Amino acid sequence: MIEHRRFGNLLPHLILLAGVAIVAFPVYLAIIASTHDNTVIANGQMPLYPGSHGLETYWNTIVSGTGKTTRQAVGVMMLNSLIMAIGIAVGKIAISIISAYAIVFFSFPFRMTAFWTIFITLMLPVEVRIFPTYKITSDLHMLDSYAGLILPLIASATATLLFRQFFMTVPKELVEASKIDGAGPIRFFWDTLLPLSVTNIAALFVILFIYGWNQYLWPLLITTRDDMQTIVIGIKKIIDVHDALTEWQVAMATAVLAMLPPVAVVVLMQRLFVKGLIETEK
Amino acid sequence: MENRAIFSGKLLPCLLILPQLAVSLIFFYWPALQALQQSFLVQDAFGLSTEFVWFENYLSLLQTPEYYHAIGVTFVFSALVAFFSLTLGLLLAVMANRNIRGVQIYRTFLIVPYAVAPAVASVLFIFMFQPGLGMIARALQRNGVDWNPVLNGTHAMILVVIVAVWNQISYNFLFFLAGLQAIPKSVIEAAAIDGARPMRRFWTIIFPLLSPTTFFLIIVNITYVFFNTLGIIDTATGGGPNGATQTLVYKVFQDGKVGTDLGGSAAQSVILMVIVVALTAFQFRYVEKKVHY
Amino acid sequence: MANVTLRNVRKAYPNGFEAIKGVDVDVADGQFCVLVGPSGCGKSTLLRMVAGLETISSGEIDIGGRIVNQVEPAERDIAMVFQNYALYPHMSVYNNMAYGLRNRRMPQPEIDTRVQEAARILELGAMLDRKPGQLSGGQRQRVAMGRAIVRQPKVFLFDEPLSNLDAKLRIAMRVEIRKLQRRLNTTSIYVTHDQLEAMTLADILVVMNGGQVEQVGNPLDIYQKPATTFVASFIGAPPMNLMPLSADELKSQLAGDSRINDAGILGIRPEDFVVSNETVAGGIALGLTVEAIERVGAETFIYGTRERDVQGVAANPGELPPGEVLVRIPGAIGPAIGERIRAIAAPDKLHLFTADGRQRVGP
Repeated sequence: MIEHRRFGNLLPHLILLAGVAIVAFPVYLAIIASTHDNTVIANGQMPLYPGSHGLETYWNTIVSGTGKTTRQAVGVMMLNSLIMAIGIAVGKIAISIISAYAIVFFSFPFRMTAFWTIFITLMLPVEVRIFPTYKITSDLHMLDSYAGLILPLIASATATLLFRQFFMTVPKELVEASKIDGAGPIRFFWDTLLPLSVTNIAALFVILFIYGWNQYLWPLLITTRDDMQTIVIGIKKIIDVHDALTEWQVAMATAVLAMLPPVAVVVLMQRLFVKGLIETEK
Repeated sequence: MENRAIFSGKLLPCLLILPQLAVSLIFFYWPALQALQQSFLVQDAFGLSTEFVWFENYLSLLQTPEYYHAIGVTFVFSALVAFFSLTLGLLLAVMANRNIRGVQIYRTFLIVPYAVAPAVASVLFIFMFQPGLGMIARALQRNGVDWNPVLNGTHAMILVVIVAVWNQISYNFLFFLAGLQAIPKSVIEAAAIDGARPMRRFWTIIFPLLSPTTFFLIIVNITYVFFNTLGIIDTATGGGPNGATQTLVYKVFQDGKVGTDLGGSAAQSVILMVIVVALTAFQFRYVEKKVHY
Repeated sequence: MANVTLRNVRKAYPNGFEAIKGVDVDVADGQFCVLVGPSGCGKSTLLRMVAGLETISSGEIDIGGRIVNQVEPAERDIAMVFQNYALYPHMSVYNNMAYGLRNRRMPQPEIDTRVQEAARILELGAMLDRKPGQLSGGQRQRVAMGRAIVRQPKVFLFDEPLSNLDAKLRIAMRVEIRKLQRRLNTTSIYVTHDQLEAMTLADILVVMNGGQVEQVGNPLDIYQKPATTFVASFIGAPPMNLMPLSADELKSQLAGDSRINDAGILGIRPEDFVVSNETVAGGIALGLTVEAIERVGAETFIYGTRERDVQGVAANPGELPPGEVLVRIPGAIGPAIGERIRAIAAPDKLHLFTADGRQRVGP
């Protein structure tokens, strides 16, 4: 921006193009592979342009499953993933926004204790305490249930902290004006605070949706029934590294379907996504 | 938190905070405490009796060579992934921060890997690196490299590092870009007037001013490698061959799945918790400093 | 239609800090009362206590014959205009004004009538569909006013409503607020730190300092007969000259005044001086060396040093100790820097306070 060289922008373009190529190539290859016949793929002769078996492969993958395996149709898995991702996003936002509201706008006994109790959950991701959590979920008879998929993953303070930070920037005069206008705490929440939080909620939703959709370890452990599997763990069962008979076209179609919703969310809501990502980590 | 306009009433706030407290207590504190308790217990083979054994589980853990091996693997894996993904992320962010055309399009492509689940990313790369049919595997074999991640531990490590770096680039890119955009233009212009050429400007002005972001990202990347890569390892190598890609977290997962040594598995979990808490505390202390900086 | 009465109102915080130390004020129906004082004097706290946004430690607040100490803000039948306006950023101008009425379950046609009427009075008709973010500072201020007047409350409360506006707009809005209040004839309490705003708006002026009322009264009375040195220096700009003098010095200046038998503080407003070589019976004459001069066109400010013995001026000033004095004279002419002048003030322009400044002793 300061230099006045004629080819000053050539290098950045080349480097960025290389970056994009590295990032996009595996995805591109997966899309191509999902349109070819497995025999073409298996002997390593797959071309770099789309084949003609796409529709058939996707139809089989999503709806019926192929004849070779007793695999669950991927459509069911996607539905499970969707329920889990939305459940985590909505659940976490809902419990976080009301708890942050209580912490910021009320004074009640043990407020700080409650705050720290929630705050500390930031420290430990679910992976660390996975088996005890599994045992408790099992004791509560939540294995193979949506509640079991969702609830343990919403026990984290990130969203609460984000809302708390945002609520602290709301001018206190706004609360006072509402009081004078005859609004109590619940009405203030609905009429004023919630509308003001819309952008934050949306940004958080994007982040949490991706987080939920992409969960691996937890659904792997607590789902035993095939019809409760999510797509991210379903894909592992389709490929088997040691098995030459892997149906690669189905695996790649499943990979594409597993990427599609989160990638679409990120690309279409890019502005919200970047805001959510950077603010939840602050 | 002082000086807020506050509503009166005690019941309503308690009701509002209850759901989150309940979820935290049931699915966070309870399991964490159970892990802690279990790590001090030994259970006989039939699960009939348990005995309190103080730190025996920890001591026996520290006497197994595989545990040290897993520590080594974790260290190498973290260092490689953090180094490459940070370097590439920074390079791309610096380039995207130039005032060039099409930045929006580049950015859109570069954030895609963030949205791809680690396990799915792993599948994409397995497809390319599968001996015999993968495009890159075949190219390597044509050039005399006997590429086989199923049998060769180094190859397996290279494979999971590549997947993790690919998966993590977006995150580092976005944060570096935000960090770069927060540096006031006037500072860079002043350096230009002071006669610093672009490379020198980068190392003497931009990189130091970016250090809070860099530091933050190092911590985040290490945490990422610790936990989020489990899906990559499980799909790509299953920890093998011969434990070559078995990280600490993956070892907890594998040992726990077998389920014979509950105490030892719990002790591993507790050690991991301590590591994460230490990393997080380190990060918080640092963030506190950053406020004054 | 309400008077507002504060009886021995106090506010103490849990940490022991006493923000309001017993305040008595009586605002009659339809009056415009202004609370003025430096920042931290408790004027905003007092206003917020009337609104019900702060609790009352002791004493009584009476609005329209009802003790409201325990009444919620929404039930007090007051409306408030905040310093930062506190408009709901996500609601249109119309909804900002209608919100309080809807919460009170007023029928929609009635709400519409009131909002349209307020919009007409405040010239907001073209902006009813806009959001606050799309308005200028002055327009937002008017919406905040509109939100107050649609409620037709017993009392308007204003918390420094003009301090976020630029100087020119502030004067215009000041006039608007006064006209509006006269027209609606609603009892109003207005907080400001700007003494000029206070003087021009008030029917009844309450000067506060350190959580206490220094003086209550008609603005001109307060200007002419400030009860304490604090009021004397706070009301009027530039502030009154205050000269601490010993009993002897006072006697030599104001010979024959029977009230003087102690040390005290003599006050003279800059605008009450005349530069002249004459003497005034019972008045005072100061010998000054001119240190600095500010000419602003219509008037001239002379910063002078009082001296014991000024050559070339008449006798008797020499008895005062040295100090700085500000003299304000009309017109653009005046002495040069370094010149020695004589400033005189008539006896009815003198203010005499006890040595601690807490009490006025004359004239």
